[in-house]
Amino acid sequence: MALDATTITETGRPAAPATGGMTLQRFARRRSTIAFLMALPLIAVIAGLVAWPAGYAIYLSTLNRRMTSFIGLGNFEILLDSETFRMVIWQSCIFAITAVVLKALLGFWLAHMLHHIPTKGQRVWRGMLLLPWVVPPALSTLGWWWMFDPSYSSLNWLLTAMGGPSIPWLGEPGWARASVIIVNVWAGTPFFMIMYLAALKSVPDQLYEAAAIDGATGWQGLRFVTLPMMRNIISITVLFSLIVTFANYDIVRVLTNGGPRDLTHVFASYAFQVGVLSGNIPRGAAVSLFMFPLLATVAFFMLRGVNQRNREMA
Amino acid sequence: MAQVSIRKVVKEYEGGVQAVKGINLEIDDHEFVVLVGPSGCGKSTTLRMIAGLEEISGGEIAIGGGVVNDIPPRDRDIAMVFQNYALYPHMSVYDNMAFGLMLRKFPKEEIRRRVENAAQILDIKVLLDRKPKALSGGQRQRVAMGRAIVRDPKVFLFDEPLSNLDAKLRVQMRTEIKKVHQTVKTTTVYVTHDQVEAMTLADRVVVMNHGVIEQVGPPQELYHHPQTKFVAGFIGSPAMNFIPTRLVETSGALNLELSSDIVLPIPEDRIGRYKAHAGRELLFGIRPEHMTEVRPNDHRPGLASFHATPEVVEPMGAETLLHFWKDGHEICAKFDPGVAVEPGVRTPMAIDMNRMHLIDPKTDRVL
Repeated sequence: MALDATTITETGRPAAPATGGMTLQRFARRRSTIAFLMALPLIAVIAGLVAWPAGYAIYLSTLNRRMTSFIGLGNFEILLDSETFRMVIWQSCIFAITAVVLKALLGFWLAHMLHHIPTKGQRVWRGMLLLPWVVPPALSTLGWWWMFDPSYSSLNWLLTAMGGPSIPWLGEPGWARASVIIVNVWAGTPFFMIMYLAALKSVPDQLYEAAAIDGATGWQGLRFVTLPMMRNIISITVLFSLIVTFANYDIVRVLTNGGPRDLTHVFASYAFQVGVLSGNIPRGAAVSLFMFPLLATVAFFMLRGVNQRNREMA
Repeated sequence: MAQVSIRKVVKEYEGGVQAVKGINLEIDDHEFVVLVGPSGCGKSTTLRMIAGLEEISGGEIAIGGGVVNDIPPRDRDIAMVFQNYALYPHMSVYDNMAFGLMLRKFPKEEIRRRVENAAQILDIKVLLDRKPKALSGGQRQRVAMGRAIVRDPKVFLFDEPLSNLDAKLRVQMRTEIKKVHQTVKTTTVYVTHDQVEAMTLADRVVVMNHGVIEQVGPPQELYHHPQTKFVAGFIGSPAMNFIPTRLVETSGALNLELSSDIVLPIPEDRIGRYKAHAGRELLFGIRPEHMTEVRPNDHRPGLASFHATPEVVEPMGAETLLHFWKDGHEICAKFDPGVAVEPGVRTPMAIDMNRMHLIDPKTDRVL
C-alpha cells in the first residue's frame, strides 16, 4: 500500500516535503480559515472605523495643544483640575442616568399597554409611538427648540393659557438640564418600548396561567414572572441606551449648545467644544476618552449578569 | 378535596363557534376522571373552564359546592399541570414548587416541609436546587406535579401532561401519576387524547366529541358496552372493525349477512334485543381481539367462523395482527403469535359473536 504525505506525518516520521499547492488548499479548506475569511470584511471595518480612531485618540490625548510634544497624562490632569470638566462629568452622569431610567420606565409602561391592545389595532399604535425614534434627532430637536423658544414657545403659550407660569426652558440651568433630558427621553423611549414589547411577547402565556393558578395577582405576575423573564432584555437595552445616551451629542448641541454657562454639556458636546471649536484637539480627545472606563465597567457587570442568566435559563 | 359539578356548560367563541355545547358532568370527591377525545373535541376547553383560564359562556361550574363562574383561578383552590410543564425558568425547582405557597403567605417552615414531602413522593429531592433548564423532560414533569401537590388543592387538573414525553417515559409517568393519586386522593380531572392513558388512569372516563359528551363510565364499561359508534371506535387499540351488514330473520333465528358467502348467526340471548331491526342495513362492530384463529378445542356457544385472505400480517410479539379488506373496508384480526399465518393465504378465523355490537348507521348509536 502506498503511503501518502498525511500518513507519514501521522505516524510521526518527518513529513515529506508537500507541494505548496496541497498545503494552501488544505489551509483554505480548514473551517477556522473560512470563518476568518468570512469575518474579514467586518474585522476590516471595525479596525478602520473603531480600533484605529480609538488608538489614534489615545495617542492624540498624550500630546500638547500644538501636537508637537508628548505630555503623557498631562491633559487628563488638567481636565480633572478643571471645575468645568468636573461639572461635565457630573452633568453627563445625571443626564444619562436620569434619561435612561425614565426611558426604561416609560418604555416598559408603553410596551405593557401595547401588549394588551388586540393585534389589529396594535400595529397602528406601534407605528405612531415609534415615530420619535425614527425621525432624525437633529431635526426633531430643532422642533423642540422652537417649542422651548423664549419668545414663541408653544409650550409656554399652552401653560399660560391654562393659567400656569411661563417657564424659561433653555435659559435657566435647572430647566435647561430638564429640557435636554425631556427631549432625550422623548426620542429614546420608543426604542425601549419596542425591545420590551418583543420581550413581553416572548414570555409564554402558560407561565402567566400557571402563576394565576398558583395564586398570583396581576401585580405579582408582573413582579415574579414578567420582570424576571425580561431581565436580560432589560439589561441589554439599558446598557445599550446608557452608552448611546452617555455619548449623546446632537440633542445638547442643537438645544442648548452646552449653555447656559456650560451647565448642560455632556462628554461628547464638551469634547467637540474643546477639541474642535476651541482648537485643542489633544484635550478634546482626552475628554472623549473619559467615557471609556466608565462605560466599560458598567458593561462588564451587566453582560456578566446576562451571560449567567443565559446559562441558567435559556 | 371536593366535588366538581359541570352543569349545562357552554363555551362559545367570537363568531358563534361552540367548542363546548352544554355538557353536564358530576365528578365525585377523590375521583379520578379522564376527559378523552380527538383534538378539537372540547376537552381542554372544559378543563380550562374548570381552572378559570377560559370564561364560561353559559351554564355553571361548581367546585366543592360553590359556583366558581366568576371566581378568578387564584381563588378556586385548584392546581394544574400543563402539557409543556410551564415551570418558571428563572426559579429553582424548590422555588417553583414553593411559589404558590409563598404567594399564599405560608410560614417558611411549612413551605419547606411541604416541598420536601412532595419531593420525597416524587423522588426529586436531589433536584431541588437546580433550574428547570438542567432537568430532563421526565424530571420537569415531576416538578410540575410537585408544584401541584404542595398546594394540597381541592382539585388537580392535568392538561395532556404526558404528551411531550417519549413512549417509555410516558408509561413510567402514567404509573407515577396513578400512584400519586392513590397517595393523596385529591379529586383529579385529567385531559388526554390517548385512550390508553384514559383507560389505565381513570376511575371514570368521559369520552368527548365535537363539544358534547358521548359517554361517561368506568373504563371496562366503555370497552364492553359503548353506547355510540364513536366511543366503540375510539376506545380500544387497534380500533373496532365496522362492517356494513344486513340483519336477516330466518325461521326465528337472526343472522348477519356480511356478504353472500359470510353469514354469521346472532347468539340466542341477543335475538330479543335485535329483533325489531330485522331486515335493516346496519353496521357490525367487532374488536380485532374478538376475531381470532380457530382453536380446535374451543366450543363456546356464540363462536362463528369464516375464511378470509389476509393481505398484511404484522407480528407484534405478544400477538399478530392480520389485515384484510372486504368491500373496501379494512378489517383487522388479532391472532396468537404461535399460529403461522402467511399473507395471501386463505385462513380460517373465529369470531366471538358474544362480543359483537350492532350499530344503527342513521343515529350512530349502538343497538
